[in-house]
Amino acid sequence: MSGQELHPLSKYIRKGAQPHTHCSGCGNGIIAQSFLRAVDAVGIPKEKLVCVAGIGCSGWIPSPFFDVDTLHVTHGRPIAFATGVKLGNPNLEVVVFTGDGDASAIGGNHLIHAARRNIGVKVICVNNMIYGMTGGEVAPTTPRGVKTTTTPFGNLERPFDLSRLVVAAGGTYVARWTTYHIAALVAAMKKALTRKGFAFLEVVSHCPVHYGRRIGISDPVQMMRWFQKQSVTIEKARGMSEQELADKFVVGEFVDIDVPDLNQMYEQLFEAAKRESD
Amino acid sequence: MSQLLPRTRGVYIQMEDEIAAIGSVIGASWTGLKAMTATSGPGFSLMQENIGYAVMTETPCVIVDVQRAGPSTGIVSAPMQGDVIQARHGSHGEYEIIALAPSSAQEMFDMTVRAFNLAEQYRTPVIVLADETVAHMREEVVIPEESSLTITNRRVPSSRDEASKAFLSASVAPMPVFGRGFAAHVTGSSHDEYGMRKASAPEAIDRIVRTINAKIAPHTREISTTEKTMLEDADTVLVAYGSCARSAEYVVKQARQKGLRVGLLRLMGIWPFPHEDVKEALKSARHVIVLENNLGQLFPEIERVAPESAETVFVPPEIIGTLHRPAYVLGQITREVS
Repeated sequence: MSGQELHPLSKYIRKGAQPHTHCSGCGNGIIAQSFLRAVDAVGIPKEKLVCVAGIGCSGWIPSPFFDVDTLHVTHGRPIAFATGVKLGNPNLEVVVFTGDGDASAIGGNHLIHAARRNIGVKVICVNNMIYGMTGGEVAPTTPRGVKTTTTPFGNLERPFDLSRLVVAAGGTYVARWTTYHIAALVAAMKKALTRKGFAFLEVVSHCPVHYGRRIGISDPVQMMRWFQKQSVTIEKARGMSEQELADKFVVGEFVDIDVPDLNQMYEQLFEAAKRESD
Repeated sequence: MSQLLPRTRGVYIQMEDEIAAIGSVIGASWTGLKAMTATSGPGFSLMQENIGYAVMTETPCVIVDVQRAGPSTGIVSAPMQGDVIQARHGSHGEYEIIALAPSSAQEMFDMTVRAFNLAEQYRTPVIVLADETVAHMREEVVIPEESSLTITNRRVPSSRDEASKAFLSASVAPMPVFGRGFAAHVTGSSHDEYGMRKASAPEAIDRIVRTINAKIAPHTREISTTEKTMLEDADTVLVAYGSCARSAEYVVKQARQKGLRVGLLRLMGIWPFPHEDVKEALKSARHVIVLENNLGQLFPEIERVAPESAETVFVPPEIIGTLHRPAYVLGQITREVS
């Protein structure tokens, strides 16, 4: 193939799975590339990586494009399925791709319990603040007042702060970045992939088609500029009032602690059971 | 199980809800393990979507449903066979399922082993459709030596080449379990014969629906077995399954003592419904009496294959949610026969 250079990450792309299905200007491409860079840098062998996809645009990041074992499951349940995969084979690196609706509306129960039990599953939650795939309905993460197809007079409800929710539920690695903060995003993904316990990485992503359009920023580059302008680090946010933070994206690492993960707890249980029966 | 599994490095986990329970079972199955979950009534309702996912993705797994009196929370500790149709058609879409009906504590053990074997053989979820009486009764159970058990294991491809073959052309394709370099793509969405999503081609879903039905239906006789008691000369045949079959067994003995020619056809597997077997067993019956602890969920299937010349009636217990009282059933038989 003279004159044609392959992308260094192309080995992770399943043959015949293209063209992709994301809209022009979607943040999913940035997230896909950031993730594969992290996988490559950490050196996870392809046969050890399992991607579990939920329902929604985010699920289509790994499914079917990544050339690894991929389990594309029912709406809201990827973390539950991933828990079974990780308990079934602890040697696998199990990564969930889920959206804000998938993870915190229909699947909210699984999210908090996975964090609580510290199962060594890594969750990449693409938060575009709306249901993008189905045409732009309000999500649990949609800010108050935003008009969507199901809130034509503006959203009456308060949005979830997903990262803080997972911290409260016991997450041992929790970080939030946006699709603007690519270097930080890759670094956080690398970190998440090297942690043993439950890791939650919230990626605030731009959906120009179904979210940006509704808030008057239908251009993807403008949306990323908006992320840049509205983001404040956790450190800086500490000195700001709730009012000042109302329309900001607080980014950074919320927690990074070492707590025995569930597989390690099972190992201890197996050892104890063995001693007892010996 | 929570006590026994850790000794063999088996994982027992109590998930946050039944949706997660069946989800994690399916996930574990894809790592190559045998996995099961158990529930009753409401939990079985919650599991239905993911049971459909297991059917669609051809994931072997076992679900024990102990039927309670319902709908809804109903009565936890009363027997009813209200989930018979749900076991067959509980998830949306067109599919075939396997459901076994134990009627003793021994069969709770035997049929759970068999359920795993069938799940592995046909790459499909298998339901052990028990009922409250069977699950709560205490009676002798003989746990056989492991070496005397028949154990079936799923076929796994020998290479990625084999794994990437068109699997929908095989009756039961080998399962590309995770962690072995197969790069399996597993999806509950409509997919082509290579596993790639084909969400808008009717030809793709047509192929899947036909495949997942055709791998089970032709094997109905081997899957859904029956037990025939005193049928040779019987002019009256009781048809029953689960705990009802225990009452029926007793009724047959009593009826024989009275000189009535009564036999029992016990269904050990109810889905796929053993049409041919039941038809054969009933062919010389003059009276067919179907005992179920519901308002007749399996009755239409039985009525369909009963001989036209026979009188086919449905007899629920006097009070649904209790067992069939033998004297009551005997009275019904006497009334029918006379």
